[in-house]
Amino acid sequence: MTTKPKTHGFDTLSLHAGSRPDPATGARATPIYQTSSFVFPDTDHAAALFNMERAGHVYSRLSNPTCAVLEERIAALDGGIGAIATASGQAALHLAIVTLLSAGSHIVASRALYGGSHNLLDYTLPRFGIETTFVDPRDLDAWRAAIRPNTRLLFGETLGNPGLEVLDVPRVATFAHEHGLPLLVDSTFTTPWLMRPFEHGADLVYHSATKFLSGHGTVIGGLLVDSGQFDWSADGVRDKFPTLNTPYAGFHDMVFAEESTTGAFLLRARREGVRDFGACMAPMTAFHILQGIETLPVRMARHVDNARAIVSFLREHPFVAAIGYPELPDHPDHALAKRLLPRGCGAVFSFNLRGTREQGRRFIEALRLFSHLANVGDAKSLVIHPASTTHFRMSAGDLLRAGITEGTIRLSIGLEDPSDLIEDLSRALYAAGKA
Amino acid sequence: MRFDVAGHGVYAYTGARAFSPELPSVLFVHGAANDHGVFALQSRYFAWHGVNAVAVDLPGHGRSGGDPLASVEALADWLRDVVDALGAQALSLVGHSLGSLAALECAARYPERVRKLALLGPSVPMPVSEDLLAAAACNDHVAYELINGWSFAAGSQLGGNQVPGVWMTGNALRLMERSREGVLSNDLVACNRYAHGLDAAACVRCPTLVIMGARDLMAPPRNAKALIAALADVRTVTLPDTGHTLMAERPDAVLDALRGFLAPSRAT
Repeated sequence: MTTKPKTHGFDTLSLHAGSRPDPATGARATPIYQTSSFVFPDTDHAAALFNMERAGHVYSRLSNPTCAVLEERIAALDGGIGAIATASGQAALHLAIVTLLSAGSHIVASRALYGGSHNLLDYTLPRFGIETTFVDPRDLDAWRAAIRPNTRLLFGETLGNPGLEVLDVPRVATFAHEHGLPLLVDSTFTTPWLMRPFEHGADLVYHSATKFLSGHGTVIGGLLVDSGQFDWSADGVRDKFPTLNTPYAGFHDMVFAEESTTGAFLLRARREGVRDFGACMAPMTAFHILQGIETLPVRMARHVDNARAIVSFLREHPFVAAIGYPELPDHPDHALAKRLLPRGCGAVFSFNLRGTREQGRRFIEALRLFSHLANVGDAKSLVIHPASTTHFRMSAGDLLRAGITEGTIRLSIGLEDPSDLIEDLSRALYAAGKA
Repeated sequence: MRFDVAGHGVYAYTGARAFSPELPSVLFVHGAANDHGVFALQSRYFAWHGVNAVAVDLPGHGRSGGDPLASVEALADWLRDVVDALGAQALSLVGHSLGSLAALECAARYPERVRKLALLGPSVPMPVSEDLLAAAACNDHVAYELINGWSFAAGSQLGGNQVPGVWMTGNALRLMERSREGVLSNDLVACNRYAHGLDAAACVRCPTLVIMGARDLMAPPRNAKALIAALADVRTVTLPDTGHTLMAERPDAVLDALRGFLAPSRAT
């Protein structure tokens, strides 16, 4: 019996991955390298840095030491090879797409997406020649049927926003790989503490680090992580991804897949996407996200426990019509959730009120602890009405297909005492019933 | 660049530079279940500084065809064939781990073809643990995990990569996972069986640089002492807090050691 070498566990990596005590000062916390640029020792060193002959930092749009610690940390937690910190989750999604796709390319995406992602795919990218076919994430035949000769990416959320449709990552990844395509997954709602999509076959993951990773509602940021598993140069794949397999005039004819067998995607994303589109993360933001990730394991456990308590309360309340939480036996993805999300289904979920839109408005406005705002994953509990806010640009039909009704309320359960949250919800439900 | 050796296609990374016979050449040779990419930074530097930098994928590895070669001696002969296929009169050899043994043997067998020799993470002999050989023999993923666990110094296991945003241990693991079934076992057996490295060292005529990681558990510096003693013209560099994956853990230090040793001319 072979004894494996001891490797660091998730909680340890949450605290240490990517960081070492600052060699200049001994600072234990990761310093905030608040600088635009980095001094070159000599001209040869400068040229070598620009030409990827040496490792290091040049300009904080391309890379920054504080951001680099965060990039390594999330890569370690997700089980990937590396990451790029971006200005937002949306910037991470955009970076993934533009690194792989060009005009004439096609995406197959789950229709149960965050409204902002839906906007990008449905309204904005077609202007640049990239089209998307949206499918019911539970309809596995639809995923396969939607793949075209010009499809270059499959995309979904681990847990759909706001309906918590559980993406069958293993099956969808299999479909993608059968067609020589990568699967990109938005892992914002789950974080690597609840699911590590690479272990289920996903090839690329991104996070809105604004949410649970930073955890305190203080910053906007995104993280794009590469598994390093997808073979961009395999037969039947190579020609689909010329950005990685043909000489790039924008970087001395570099062929990224030859430069790095595993890291071609990240190389192109940084050397072109971040360089040219410029949606980089600020080092102060990276510091805040690092602070958040240090306590991610303990926070996520408490988030999930509190969410379970709230779900149990709402489930018994007569004014609540339905709750979309995959841990409930009547949720369509209950069995899948038990398999893919053994630690829990997160702390964001939606429920429908029995009653009018006016009663829904009254419910939200009667809440005192829950903050009415457009975010999730804060340490503080949050509430929003998706149909009139986060998903307001979607048509009535698209809303219905995304599982959103006029009465849908989305909650993000924070870290307060669950009894206080239940009291707040109970009062607001009573007020709504009286409206 | 691509060329044929013994009827099989060979891929070599050249930093997107064309091979020029009039320039000095450096041939980079990777280790077990790796490919040219482990030398990406160092070889690219030389490629853009007046040198033909040729980082090959060994047979059956990476983008090269054919089956993996079963012995260090066979690899040495294959390197000779590569030198001939390139049309280079003589070149410098830089090898890591298994690649260092192949480079050593090549320099001993074909001294007229090797101008300088750089051995990174060498060990003579290079015994491989029974556990690791057994795991590799049955293509057990544990073999990759064992190598990864032993290849990085303790500090590097927690990251802090000089290359921004790359998680070193994850990247190294993925690269090994890309290798075809049986490749790792083949390579480890070749290392384990290579018995006459000290005899080869005694035959080496060219200047030799040995770069070691002070915390290398795969090829501890003490295992290179006899090798160093047997080499006629040798200098050594020991990198502190560094494991076996020297090029990833200390890319600049490795490059600077190679620069000083190989002394390339500045590109014009």
